[in-house]
Order: sequence, then structure tokens, then C-alpha cells
Amino acid sequence: MEKVSSAKDRLLKSGQDWLGGEFRGKALVILCAVIMISATIAITIFLGTKGLQSFIKDGISLIEFITSKTWNPTDKANPKYGTLPFIFGSFAVTFLSALVAAPLGIGGAIFMTEISSSWGRKILQPVIELLVGIPSVVYGFIGLSVLVPFIRENIGGLGFSLLSGTIVLSIMILPTVTSIATDAMGSLPGALREGSFALGATRWQTIKKVLIPAAMPSLLTAIVLGMARAFGEALAVQMVIGNVKNLPSSLLDASATLTTIITLNMGHTTYGSVENNTLWSMGLILLVMSFAFILLIRYLSARRKL
Amino acid sequence: MNTKTADRIATGVFYCIALIIIAILVSLFYYILVNGLKNISLDFLTTPSSNVRAGGGIRDQLFNSLYVLVITMVIAVPLGLGGGIYMAEYAKPGKITDTIRSCIEVLASLPSIVIGMFGLLMFVNLTGWGYTILGGALALTVFNLPVIVRVSEDAIRSVPRELKEASLALGITHWHTIKTVILPSAFPTILTGIILASGRVFGEAAALLFTAGLSTPRLDYANWNPFSATSPLNIFRPAETLAVHIWAVNTQGLIPDVEEVSSGAAAVLVLSVLIFNLLARWIGSLIHRKITATK
Amino acid sequence: MKSLKKISLLMTIVALMLFAAACAGGAKKDTTKDTGDKAGKELSGSLVVSGSSAMQPLVAAAAEEFMANNPKVDIQVNAGGSGTGLSQVAEGSVQIGNSDVFAEEKQGIPADQLVDHKVAVVGITAAVNPGVGIKDISKENLIKVFTGKITNWKDVGGKDQKIVLVNRPDASGTRAVFNKFALDGATPAEGITEDSSNTVKKIVNETAGAVGYLAFSYFTDDKVTPLSIDGVEPTDENVQSGKFPVWAYEHSYTKGEPSGATKAFLDYLMSADVQNKLLKEQGYLPVTKMKVERDAKGNQTNK
Repeated sequence: MEKVSSAKDRLLKSGQDWLGGEFRGKALVILCAVIMISATIAITIFLGTKGLQSFIKDGISLIEFITSKTWNPTDKANPKYGTLPFIFGSFAVTFLSALVAAPLGIGGAIFMTEISSSWGRKILQPVIELLVGIPSVVYGFIGLSVLVPFIRENIGGLGFSLLSGTIVLSIMILPTVTSIATDAMGSLPGALREGSFALGATRWQTIKKVLIPAAMPSLLTAIVLGMARAFGEALAVQMVIGNVKNLPSSLLDASATLTTIITLNMGHTTYGSVENNTLWSMGLILLVMSFAFILLIRYLSARRKL
Repeated sequence: MNTKTADRIATGVFYCIALIIIAILVSLFYYILVNGLKNISLDFLTTPSSNVRAGGGIRDQLFNSLYVLVITMVIAVPLGLGGGIYMAEYAKPGKITDTIRSCIEVLASLPSIVIGMFGLLMFVNLTGWGYTILGGALALTVFNLPVIVRVSEDAIRSVPRELKEASLALGITHWHTIKTVILPSAFPTILTGIILASGRVFGEAAALLFTAGLSTPRLDYANWNPFSATSPLNIFRPAETLAVHIWAVNTQGLIPDVEEVSSGAAAVLVLSVLIFNLLARWIGSLIHRKITATK
Repeated sequence: MKSLKKISLLMTIVALMLFAAACAGGAKKDTTKDTGDKAGKELSGSLVVSGSSAMQPLVAAAAEEFMANNPKVDIQVNAGGSGTGLSQVAEGSVQIGNSDVFAEEKQGIPADQLVDHKVAVVGITAAVNPGVGIKDISKENLIKVFTGKITNWKDVGGKDQKIVLVNRPDASGTRAVFNKFALDGATPAEGITEDSSNTVKKIVNETAGAVGYLAFSYFTDDKVTPLSIDGVEPTDENVQSGKFPVWAYEHSYTKGEPSGATKAFLDYLMSADVQNKLLKEQGYLPVTKMKVERDAKGNQTNK
């Protein structure tokens, strides 16, 4: 009873500041929207202008920056600004970790939606949520104190390697991939399954021939989102990858990514110097890549609607 | 191989995958807690950290983490809620809405280090503040905002249409309907989402590295004047958070007991995130029960 | 063209804001500093120190002592790296910028506006995994090891082990010093790159055949072996007399001559209290005991 009367009161009172309230409320929420747009634009402009300085002001050729293999900014006579090894490193860990995380994540999603939903909800779902919650530095720390020595002693090499980076990142992006893939599988119409079962297909056949193809664009979105996260991850990777500026020739070679070079050198360089500017240019590459990932996702979700 | 066997094998594989995922989590937690808990003591939590000597604690880092989280949420929740309401209630399909949606998507997928760099440019250099808690909190807001917007938009959209229509049919204005009808019933979902987002803010390091800094001034916990330099409440002081501390002692630190400090700090971080998670579930179900019971 | 205009407009605004902020910050701090000191009574004021993360513990410890003696002075010591410290002190946003390297060596810093205060000396030498089995190396061979011309320790008298290099980040001060004075300016070959001395020590200790470089203060146990260079042992005495070449100053820069609390704090850093006790505790060498000195170009002269 109490609830009803209070609601009535509230509703009656609403007549008093009829237009004022409506206007203020609307202004408030529009303001929020404007802030979000301006934050995005500000980030793009700031990083854009700062990142382009090394090309405009310092005269480094963009082609050289992206394609040259030597990075030696401290050589006073003949500094070299080639970031290819880092770009390669970033892409390598991204793709490799997606390769590991995608089957696990999609498999987990199928388990939750198709095989055993009660188990999935009760155990796997909370597990995934907890995995999301583990901070990336903790992943890095465990990688450094468990994974690196393990690889050094059992597989070979120095332990600091592309492989360590890949494993750490795969575990990090696994929850992202799994939860989005679960949503994708869960939102498939039930009629698809029933139709397939009615035709006498087994569960596996249904999953393989009907459900996965139907959910494909969304599953790809899940993988791309995971890759976007892997591409931008900095600290965890830096702790285990070894930060070597050469192109790695095997999985056990130490390597470097764009993000690790930025975190390693940012504090040591002076604001406005060429070295510092090149770090901002690498940041700009990260920004451009995250735009690219979004475009890819957009493309995938457009396909889903068809 | 007939289809039945294939089906059984596939089922087995899916069970394996589920087990692998669970095993990963269990072993991670096991490792963190077994190694960390033995280093956690009241002393560890209440002594300030040391830069060179062994035996430092994490008092200031823990406080900084919580404080940065609070400041971030004070800024991000109202903004995010407003954005969510706009997207769910006011936005009309069209160019502007598309733009906003793209902006949310961009902000959500930006690497945190890029946001840290932006924060360095904007909140550290441009404003002349230097490394500050406020700068860190603003950078975290940038990266947290899209999450809260999404959570609140989804929560508001999932409020039954009848509720809203009944209110509008009574002649109540749109804004008042939002305030008195929609928000209260979307509240539990929004709260859960916000608490889960808090967990991520709590563990964030890359964005704070360049904005809140790597050091903490000498703090006097008896000093509650937020404008004093030694007060823990001062938002214009640099603050090293727990997550940044773990990174810093492992990659730049000079202390000899790196392992002990970082495994202890990692355990504290993970436990906090666990508490956030349980809290979110508990509060969610509590409010849900309350609301459904009174109806 | 239009976009270029916009960018330049934006940059002007940015510059103006920076300038305004710097002025405001500087002005505020100056006023606080001037109170009290002139009268010769109690010192008061607040100053912010920033820069080199290696120096941060030292300066923070000194600041703590200093604040205990001068309760009205408030000193904040931030880390962030030498580059950050130099940039910030040049901008005027902090009073003291700590650096592992001479300001002249960093690009984009108006070194002529900064005043150098050398507060400590740090000796650096190559450190090898104890399993390598050598204790001494000629400079020539050291260069060959680090530039990748020698890839096995047996070529320099050690065991048959592959050489694993552990480097520092490009812009690191320690790296710059080591390259300049131990490798005579040669660029080292690629290797694992780590920022922290602790991590370097850990890797060198755990990896067979590893070699890196560390400050003397890290040779407290037998986990890594410090190398003598050309028969000169890496000891404090040899650095002080100028026999051991690989050492560097730790600098505290101010913009213009310091005054008030800033000056008092820098004087305190040079006092016997800090130079003879605190520095030693943290593994630095007192700058006051050096028999040689060095300028920004690396020329060494007797005092």
C-alpha cells in the first residue's frame, strides 16, 4: 500500500515542474552524450597531432617508420626509426593468442549454451567473470614468475619469448571471447536447433552444420574484440616478452611490441624530443589499429543482419 | 566412424574445453592465493612501502587504489548514467545516434595505454597539474564511461514497456517517468554492472602509469584537509596504485623482496576483485528480491 | 591548408595554456618560498622534485630527513624517469629535476637555462652469470661481447657457453653511460631489454651465459659476478681515483640558480650527513670524495 501511495505522490508532484524538469533532464543527458563525443574527438586530435609530429616536424619518413627493421634512436650521428619489428611483434602476439583463445572460448560458449546449460551457468559463467576481473598486471606477474622459468627449463630459450607473451595474452582475452560468443550462441533462434534435430541430426552435426555457420559473424566479432584487447595490452606483455628490438625468428625468441616499447621508454625521453615523438607515433598506430578493429566489427555485424 | 561416435567425441571435447577453462582459473587463483596469503598480514597492509629496503607494505597503494576508484566513480557514474538514459530514451535513430554509438565503441576498445598517453598530454602536461589522482581518475573515466553507458542503456531497455507506457499515459513527462519509474526498476542491473566495472578500474595500471604517477608523497592519515599536500584526500597529489605498484616493483624496483611484495599485492588485488564480484551478485539478488516481493 | 591552420591554432592554444600554467605554478611556489628564509629564521615553502626513478629512493629518503629538521618545508619526490624530470624542470612545473645523464645529452632540453647540481656518483660494470667463469675482461673483448662479434664465452677465456645479452631501454641513462664509457660509444647488439636493475640481476643470475650491466650496489652477494675491465677492479676507490672508467653522476637540475627551500635542500644533499651516510646506504659514491671530474662531453680531468 505504501509503495502505491508514494508513487501516486510522486506522480502528482510531477505536474509542478512540468517543463522545467523535462528540459533540465534532457539537457543533462544530452550533455553526457556531448562529453562522450568530445572525449573521442579530443583523443583522436591530440594523439593525431602529437603522433604526426615525428613525420611533419622531425622529417622521419612514414614509409621508413613502418617498414624499416632497425630501431636505434639514440645513435646521435645516424638515428634509425624503424618500427617494423614492434609492429610485427604486436600482430604476432595478437594473432597467435587469438588462435589459442578462439577455439577455447567458442568451445566454452558452446558448452554453456548447447551441452550443459545448468553446469555452464552455475560454474563456467562465474569462472569467466572472475577471469575478466583479474588485473592484467597480475597476469604479467604470474607469467614472469611461473611461465618464463617454466619455458626456459622445459622448452628452451630464455623464457622471455613470443610464446610467453602469447600464452599470457590468450588467457587474458579468453573471457572476452567466451562471453561474447556465449551471447551469440544463446541468441540463435531455438527453431534452428529443433529443425535440425527433427531432421535426425545429432547434436554435433547440429552444432557444426547449423549453429556455428548461423552464428559465424558474431563469433568472428568475439574473436576480433579479443584481438583488439590483445593488441593494446601493455604491461602484462612487457613483463614476459623480453623486449628485444629484432624481428623474432621463432616462437622462443624474445620480441617486443609497440606497447612495450612505449612503456619502457616514455619516462626516459624528454618531452618534445624526436625519440619521444616517435613513441607518440607508435601510440597513434595503436589508435589507428583500434579504429581498424572497430571497422572490422562493424563490417561483421552488418553481415549478421542480412 | 558413424555419426553417433562423432557426436560423443565432440561432446567429450567440449567437456574438455570447459574443464580447461575452469582449470586455468583454479590454478591461477591457487597460485595467487597460496603465494600471496602467506605474505599478507596486518603489518603488510598497514606499513608504507619502501623504495629500497625489504619489508615494505602496501598501505598507501591500497588506499590510493580505493581512492582513485571512488573519485573515478563519482565522475563516471553520473555521466555514464546520463549517457545511458540518452541512448535508451532520447536518441532517435539517425546520424547523431550513430556517431555517439561509434564514439562509445571507440572509447570502449581503446587500449588503456593509449588512454594513458592521452591523459599524460591532457591532464598532466596541458593542465600543468603534473601527476595527480584527479588526472588518473579522469583518464579512468574515459575508459570506464562506455562500460557504464552500455550497462545502463541495456538495463533501461530491459525495463518492461508497459511500465513506461502506463506512466506516460497518465500524462507524466518523459523525464519524470525516467526518474520515478524507469530508473528505480533498472537500478539493480545498473548497480551490478557498476560494481563489476569497479573491479576493472581497481586493477587498471597502464592508464594510470602516465597520469597518476609512480610515487606517493608522505601521507598523514590524521590530516583530513583535502587541500593539504600531505593529506591522503588531496586529489592533486601523485598516487601509485596497487596495480601500478606490482608493475613498478617488478620492472623498475630496487627492493630485494620483489617476489614477496608483489605476490602479496597481487593476492590483495585479486581478493578485492573477488569481493567486488560477490558483492555485485549479492546486492543484485538482494534488490531483485526486494523489488519483486513488494510488487 | 585549412586543417594545417587549425592544427597550428590548436598548437598555439596548447602552448599558451602550458605557458600560463607554468607561470601560475611558478609564481605560486615562489611566493611561498620567499617567506621566512630571508629573515634567517625558520625555513618554509614547498617544492616538487621529479625525475630519475633510480634516484627517487635516495632523494625521497633525504627529503624525509630534511622535512624532519624543517617541519615547515614540504618536499614531494616523484619518479617518472630522467627525461620526464628534465622536461618538467625546464618547463618550470617542478623545482628540481633529477637525471642520470647530463641535460646536454638529452635532445629538446634548454641545457643552458638549467643549473647542474651533481649530488652523487654511481659506478657501473658488466655483470655475468657466475657459471661463465671469468672475472676479468679486456675492454676490447667487452666491446666485442656486447656488439655481438663474440658469441661464445670460450673465446674470452670462459666456459663453452653462448653469450646472452641483457640490455636496458634505448633512452635509459644507465645504458647511455655504459655504452659511452665501457663500449667506447659502440652500439650494443640486440638482447633482452629490461628497465630494472633488479630484473637484470635476476635474469643474469638465472640464465646461463648471461651478461648485463649493473650499478656497484647490486653486487652484494654471489648471484652475479662483476667483471673487472682491463684488470681494474670495479671498486669505489678505483672510481674515485679515476682508474675505473664506467661511472656517472646523478644530477639534480634546477632552472636558474636555486633559492629558498630549494637551495637549502640541495645544500643538504651535499652535506656530510647525506654524502657520507645516506649515499653509502643506497650504494652511491659521495661526489665530494671524487678525485676526478667529468664534463658533459665525457672528458675526464683531475680535480
